[in-house]
Amino acid sequence: MLIKTIFAGFGGQGVLSMGLNLAQAAMIENRHVTYLPAYGAEVRGGTANCTVSISDEEIASPVASSPTFVVAMNQPSMIRFQNRLQSGGIFFLNSSLITEQVSRGDLEIVNVAANTLAEEMGNVKSANMIMLGAFIKKSNILHIDSVIEGLNVALKGNKKLITINTDALKKGYDLL
Amino acid sequence: MAKVLMTGNAAIAEAAIRAGCQCYFGYPITPQTELTEYMAANLSRRPGCTFIQAESEIAAINMVLGASVTGARAMTSSSSPGMSLKQEAISYMAASQLPAVIVNMSRGGPGLGSIAAAQSDYFQSTRGGGHGDYRTIVLAPSSVQELADETHTAFDLADKYSIPVILLGDGMLGQMMEPVEFKHEAPAVPPVRPGGLRGATGRPSRFIRSFTSNPAELEELNWSLYRRYQQIQEKETSCEKFMTDDAQLIVTAFGIAARIARGAITNARALGMKVGMFRPVTLWPFPKDQLKELSKTAKYFLDFEMNMGQMIDDVKLSLEGSGDVTFYGRPGGVIPTSSEVLRVITRLYYQKGLNG
Repeated sequence: MLIKTIFAGFGGQGVLSMGLNLAQAAMIENRHVTYLPAYGAEVRGGTANCTVSISDEEIASPVASSPTFVVAMNQPSMIRFQNRLQSGGIFFLNSSLITEQVSRGDLEIVNVAANTLAEEMGNVKSANMIMLGAFIKKSNILHIDSVIEGLNVALKGNKKLITINTDALKKGYDLL
Repeated sequence: MAKVLMTGNAAIAEAAIRAGCQCYFGYPITPQTELTEYMAANLSRRPGCTFIQAESEIAAINMVLGASVTGARAMTSSSSPGMSLKQEAISYMAASQLPAVIVNMSRGGPGLGSIAAAQSDYFQSTRGGGHGDYRTIVLAPSSVQELADETHTAFDLADKYSIPVILLGDGMLGQMMEPVEFKHEAPAVPPVRPGGLRGATGRPSRFIRSFTSNPAELEELNWSLYRRYQQIQEKETSCEKFMTDDAQLIVTAFGIAARIARGAITNARALGMKVGMFRPVTLWPFPKDQLKELSKTAKYFLDFEMNMGQMIDDVKLSLEGSGDVTFYGRPGGVIPTSSEVLRVITRLYYQKGLNG
């Protein structure tokens, strides 16, 4: 089964790291995976998104015309991608930054106050990992342990960062 | 070796190091900068190897020319506007019969264009690109694994025929990540091609140059290149066929466009349409016999490219009038989706009466 997910937000929110961690975890579970980033020429503040495709078979196109899941970390991303989701798809919203309502009625909405929770944990930058944890639980495509194992690779053994990110990931996972 | 998750750019760089690339010269440009970055971090640490971030694309390619003169495996990489700057030196290398690997992770054009992926450098890559009567071998991978594998092939072909080889990717292939496995270990000592200039002690002096004031000599150089190009055309074509056996409509596409087309074809098959795909891996030499062969069983062809239609010329030349060729393309760095291509396939399939 081919599952495509788009992670979107503004540059600096860690949107690309969310996708990258998911892709790394998929590889650890021996699945076929592609990770396709898209971003503007700006370093911060521009829009950023990435598409992660996970499948048990070889993946043809890394582009998603109608993804199964979309994770929107800010309002412009919610507006931009709400019409791309396939009918019945799951829309993950960072409710700390998204106040507007989704106009479609055929989607399942999962609200995660990622920024608020991250601030409570003392590091607003880990909002992306809280969201990723919630995403892993709800989507049920990969095991949380694979994501944690992937974090170790991505963060090259930096213990402090691994602890912060793993805690945030678990926080999000236990929310739902 | 276990698989690693890597960008296409990094995979090319790692594969080049493992292929014995001794010298890399580059100048940053999106969407290939990660390749230069990887080389800066990794090639420069290897004993006897040289990494230089040049002051411009022109400087970088001329450094490649200089390194190749000494017999070292040398490489540069850039993206579309940077490739235009490199053409003069590529022509000089073709004339001087110097091998090199030149990577183009192409982007939207013309002009400065955009940083998004595009395939509009097909003509520039396959028709020589610079001045004079010459060709370069052009390899067009369509996955991160293939980028790594073909990087190795590129170095081998460059040495085998003493010509520059272009590895043509695009911004998407360069920046997307996929698991990749490297099949070779880097040599402990980088290989040196015989015939390079490393001092003439104990032997008569030799020249490697692209200028001659003797027309007969220059004509002979051109004919000798011509013979080599003929040999390459006979021996080095490579392509992939996907579900072509019973196909009534064949999509022709290269590089990342072939991945998008493949998704569309899989869905078209699920809807009962007999559609297949022909993907050249070598854009020059173009696998024209292999494509012509398909026209014995299929009459209709859909050429799909992320440009205004460039490879379609080679498709038509290969078919020699024996197929009905339609074009669909998106220029300017727009990334088409599989469902968009499926709509085009479906329309054509019914227009041509292939639904029986």
